[in-house]
Amino acid sequence: MKWAFHLCAFLVILPLFLIFFDLLIKGAKELRWTLLIDLPHPVGEPGGGIANGILGTVIITLLTMTWSVPMAVMCGIYLAEYGRGKFASAVRFAVDTLTGVPSIIMGIFGYILIVLPMKRFSAWAGAAALSMIFIPIVVRTTEDMLRTVPGTVREAALALGIEHWKATLFITVRTASAGILTGILLAMARIVGETAPLLFTTLGNQFWQTRLDQPMAAMPLQVFSYAISPYEDWHDKAWAGALVLITMVLLINIGARFLTREKR
Amino acid sequence: MATKSGRNPKDLAFEKASAFFAFAVLSLTVLLFAVLLRESLPALRKFGTSFLVTRTWDPVLDQYGALPFIYGTLVSSFLAVLIAVPLSVGAAIFINEFAPPWLKNPVSFLAELLAAIPSVIYGLWGIFVLVPILRDYFMKPVAKYLGWIPLFKGPAYGPSMLAAGVLLSIMIVPFILSVSREVLATVPQRQKEAVLSLGGTRWEMIRIVIGQHCIPGIFGATVLGLGRALGETMAVTMVIGNRPEIFFSLFQQGYSMAAVIANEFAEAGGLQLSSLILIGLLLFLVTFVVNLASKWILTKMVARASRGI
Repeated sequence: MKWAFHLCAFLVILPLFLIFFDLLIKGAKELRWTLLIDLPHPVGEPGGGIANGILGTVIITLLTMTWSVPMAVMCGIYLAEYGRGKFASAVRFAVDTLTGVPSIIMGIFGYILIVLPMKRFSAWAGAAALSMIFIPIVVRTTEDMLRTVPGTVREAALALGIEHWKATLFITVRTASAGILTGILLAMARIVGETAPLLFTTLGNQFWQTRLDQPMAAMPLQVFSYAISPYEDWHDKAWAGALVLITMVLLINIGARFLTREKR
Repeated sequence: MATKSGRNPKDLAFEKASAFFAFAVLSLTVLLFAVLLRESLPALRKFGTSFLVTRTWDPVLDQYGALPFIYGTLVSSFLAVLIAVPLSVGAAIFINEFAPPWLKNPVSFLAELLAAIPSVIYGLWGIFVLVPILRDYFMKPVAKYLGWIPLFKGPAYGPSMLAAGVLLSIMIVPFILSVSREVLATVPQRQKEAVLSLGGTRWEMIRIVIGQHCIPGIFGATVLGLGRALGETMAVTMVIGNRPEIFFSLFQQGYSMAAVIANEFAEAGGLQLSSLILIGLLLFLVTFVVNLASKWILTKMVARASRGI
C-alpha cells in the first residue's frame, strides 16, 4: 500500500513542474529585452512589450501598500498587545471573514466605492480593492508574530522603566520585525498576481499611464486579455508576460521565506 | 509619569491609536457587506427568491436568474474537492509518515509553491495545456465508449465543467494538504506506537489510528478547500466555457458565479449590474458560511486533540 501514498505525493507535485516547464518553454519564445521596455504592439506587428503593465503593477502595488501596511500592522499590534474582550473578538472575526472573501468581490467593492462616484475606472479603485486582500493577511501575521515574542522580553523592557508604548514599538515589534516583514512580502506577492479585483476597477490600458485617476495597465490583466484573444502571436505574449509575472511573484515570495529562515 | 488613572497618557494614546486602526478594519468589513447589500437591492426586489431558481440570463429582455451560475459553481467546486481530497490526504500521509527526512521539506515546500502561483497563470496553462490534454486523451475516448452515461455525454469541445474541476483541484491541493498535515500531527505518538507494538503494520497503524482520529479534521480541511474553490475566478473563467446553461454532462460547457461577474461587470448597468452584485452577495454569504463551518470543525478537532482523546 505504500506506493499509493508515494503516487499521491507525486501527483500533487507534478502540476507544479508541468506549469513551470510550459512557462519556460512557451514564455522563452517571446522573451526578449524589448518585452520589458516597450508598449504593446497591435496584432500582427512583431515585437512589442508589456512595459506599461509592469509599471502599472508596481504603481498599484505600492499605492495599495501606502495605507494598507500601517493600517494592518497597527491593527495587528492592537490585537496582540491589547486585544482582549468583545471588541477584539469582533475584529478578529472580521479579519477571518475578509481572508475568506473571494477576490472578485473585492473588485465589486472597489467599483461601488470608487468607480461609481468618480465615474471612471482608476488605479485608486484597483488599490482600494487590493487593500481588502492585503490587510487581513498582514493583520493575521503581525498578530501571530507578536505573540511569539516571549512575555519576558516585554517585562524586561518595562522593568528598565521604558514607557509601555515605546517598549511595544521598539522592543516587541522590533523583535518580531522579520516575521512581520515576511507577512507583508507574502501579501505583496499575492496582490501582485491578483487579476480578478482589477478587471473592473483599473480596467487596463494599452498606453503609458501614471495618473492615478485614470485606467491603468497591470501585468495580470495583460496576461488575461492576451490569453483569451484569438491571435496566435498574442498567446505567445501571454506566456512571456506570465513568465515575467511568476518570476516577480516567486522572487518576492521566496525572498520573504528566506528572511525568516535566516533570522531563526 | 503616571496620571490619576494610573496610566501614562502616551501609553493611552498609543493604545487608542492602535484601537482606531482595528476599528477601521472592522468597519471596512461591515462596509463591504453593506454596499453589496445596498447595490443588490433593486435585483432583490424585482426577482426575490426566484432569482435562485431561474434559468434565464437575458440582458436583452432584462430578465436575470442565477441558477446556471450556482449550478456551475457547485458542480465544479465539488468535482475539485472530490479529486483534491484523496490526493492531498495521501500526500500528507506520505510526508508525515513515509518520506525520508531529506524529502519532507522539499515536498511540502513545492506543494506550498502551488499556492503562490497567480490564478491567471493557472488559467493560461489551463487553456493551452490542460484543456487540450484532457480533451484528446480523456474526454474524447470516454465520450466515445461511455457516452451513453449522461455524465460523460459528448461532444467534447474542451472547455468544460470537467476542465474547471480539474484545474480547481490543482489549485486547492496546497490548502487541504497543509491542514491535513496539521491534523495528522495531532495524533499522539503513543497511540501510533501502541498499534505498532501489538504487531500492526504501518498501513494498519495509519488505517486504525489516523483513520479514527482524523476524520473530522480531514472533513474540516475538505470544507476549507471547498471554500477556496467556490470563489476562484480567473482560472475558472478561462476554462469553463462561459455558457449560461445547465448541462448534466461534465464534458459540456458551463458558467460559474465568479466567472459571470468577471465577464459582464465592466459593461453592465442598471438591473444587470444589480443582478451581478446580487450574485456577488450570494457568493460572499456562501463562502462566509463554508469558511465558518471549516473553522468550527477544525477548532473543535484541535480542542479534542489537546484533551488527548
